[in-house]
Amino acid sequence: MRTTKEISLGDVAARSEELGAERMSLNLGPSHPATHGVLRLRLELDGDTVTQCDPVIGYLHRGDEKIAEAMTYNQFVPYTDRLDYLAPLANNVAYALAVENLAGIRVPPRCEAIRVVCCELARISSHLLGIGVYAMDTGAWTVFMYTFNEREKLYTLFEELTGARFTTSYTRVGGVARDLPEGWTGRVEGFCDGVLRVVDEVDALLTRNRIFLERTEGIAPISRELALAHGLTGANLRASGVPLDLRKDRPYSGYGQYAFDVPVGTKGDCYDRYLVRMEEMRQSVAIVRQALARMPDGPVACVDQRRIVLPPKDKVMTRMEELIQNFMLVTEGPQVPAGECYFEAENPKGALGFYVVSRGGGVPFRLRIRGPSFVSLSILPKVVPGHHLTDIPSILGSLDFVMGECDR
Amino acid sequence: MDAAALLADLQAAFPGAAPRPSADMPGLDVPAADLPAAVTRLRDAHGFDLLADLCGVDRGPAVSPRFSVVVHLLGSGHHAYLRVAAACPDDAAPEAPSLTAVHPGADWHEREAFDMFGIRFAGHPDLRRILMWDGYPHHPLRKEFPLAGMPVDLPAADVAAVTGRRVEPAPMMGGPFVSPGGTMAKAEPVARDESWNEENPKP
Repeated sequence: MRTTKEISLGDVAARSEELGAERMSLNLGPSHPATHGVLRLRLELDGDTVTQCDPVIGYLHRGDEKIAEAMTYNQFVPYTDRLDYLAPLANNVAYALAVENLAGIRVPPRCEAIRVVCCELARISSHLLGIGVYAMDTGAWTVFMYTFNEREKLYTLFEELTGARFTTSYTRVGGVARDLPEGWTGRVEGFCDGVLRVVDEVDALLTRNRIFLERTEGIAPISRELALAHGLTGANLRASGVPLDLRKDRPYSGYGQYAFDVPVGTKGDCYDRYLVRMEEMRQSVAIVRQALARMPDGPVACVDQRRIVLPPKDKVMTRMEELIQNFMLVTEGPQVPAGECYFEAENPKGALGFYVVSRGGGVPFRLRIRGPSFVSLSILPKVVPGHHLTDIPSILGSLDFVMGECDR
Repeated sequence: MDAAALLADLQAAFPGAAPRPSADMPGLDVPAADLPAAVTRLRDAHGFDLLADLCGVDRGPAVSPRFSVVVHLLGSGHHAYLRVAAACPDDAAPEAPSLTAVHPGADWHEREAFDMFGIRFAGHPDLRRILMWDGYPHHPLRKEFPLAGMPVDLPAADVAAVTGRRVEPAPMMGGPFVSPGGTMAKAEPVARDESWNEENPKP
């Protein structure tokens, strides 16, 4: 009669040499649905448990920082669309604010309010997609349909505003490209009502869903200390319990005048990151409503800054001075004084920073882009080991990164 | 956060430190060797506990010191920014001490500065390229590197050299379908309908 002896996992680990156990290396990506883009993870597995994780990035590197050194400030705006391509409007605004800080100008109140609306709509759009695909990563298909539907409505609004659904290129140094279209604010109000219903529906589908909880609760907890040491920002940092929100703490573009809450997590696990994003969408709707309700009148660009902002088109065709101004700006770019400036804006993925070094003139000497996704991914070697292979989609989705911004 | 007192304290602790003229935030130039100690002091005594950004700057081949490392710090408690810059003493082989022991988040930023500028970070645990591939010979963000790039061997060539296997070109048509044997034209009905394929060149 054969007898079998139970071997515990601890025995296996201790006797791995004797039992002939070996580690397996596995490439996840660079083309894998769970990696949300061209991210490659070099993994070392012990059975089903990850023992090492080395992210390999750079598959989407386009050399944006090099390209920026060869063009005028306004010509670079379309490149910022392609950083975090799920929230191009927010990137446009962050870039324009960085250059304006260096130039020492402040845009008129109407322009600031329009930019706030743009940033918050971009945040809603980014989180709608982020949560939709996160639900899909963890096994729920339906949520994606609800959120994608809403995002589609938002893109229609973006198209009315900017002329493009995706690559908006809406801001210019010293203003925005055009004023709000007729009736647009009313349609945004309508969207706000609709999106809150969808957020509630997603809430009902996911927040107390047993399967979703099993896949996210307690997975990849990032402690407050680890998050700060790695320089995480945005929702990922706030989920770890640090109430740092640049809109609140370093108000830019008139964020100081709007009332909103900053949701903060306690454990910093995947579930907390999901909850923070859900609440952020509701807060963004509140900010959009306040900004629309007290939308000031006036110009949408610093019209008195003749060496930075283009003159009105009708005057260019009829007046000599404006023609010269237009010609100089288009050929030589907005004239920004020599100096350096670092500006971070609270983007949907975290703090998007631009470090602009100028030697005067219309072309940056050096433009550094600090992508929050780059920083979020750099924490993977610390949080992934010890988890199961099947937890990786949960962890990646919860960090909500975009490779366009990571690789730049 | 009193910027003047902060700068005075740093200057007292590090005699080589000098205020850096910056309009947007307090700035400080420190000797490269003092960088980790200065950042540690800023973190522990002044609350700058979050490394927002670390990047390299190249001032061009005609200027000396040519390369510098610029660090932006943020305090999660007092929400003030600070810029700390250190010039790399050697222009030909720029080097700076690594900040990974102070802020683990500096790891990837330093790898990127090494990749793009060739600044070596002494004490970095794993200094290798991050955006360009291993074995890429240039540092693209240096000022003398042309915008259009320089032709280099693609990784496929050295993959072939190591594995001894020719790298198969991507299928010409039919998208992700890969035929087990023969040409795509024989295996794929879609390809067969085309007037040109592997066997009949495009007119």
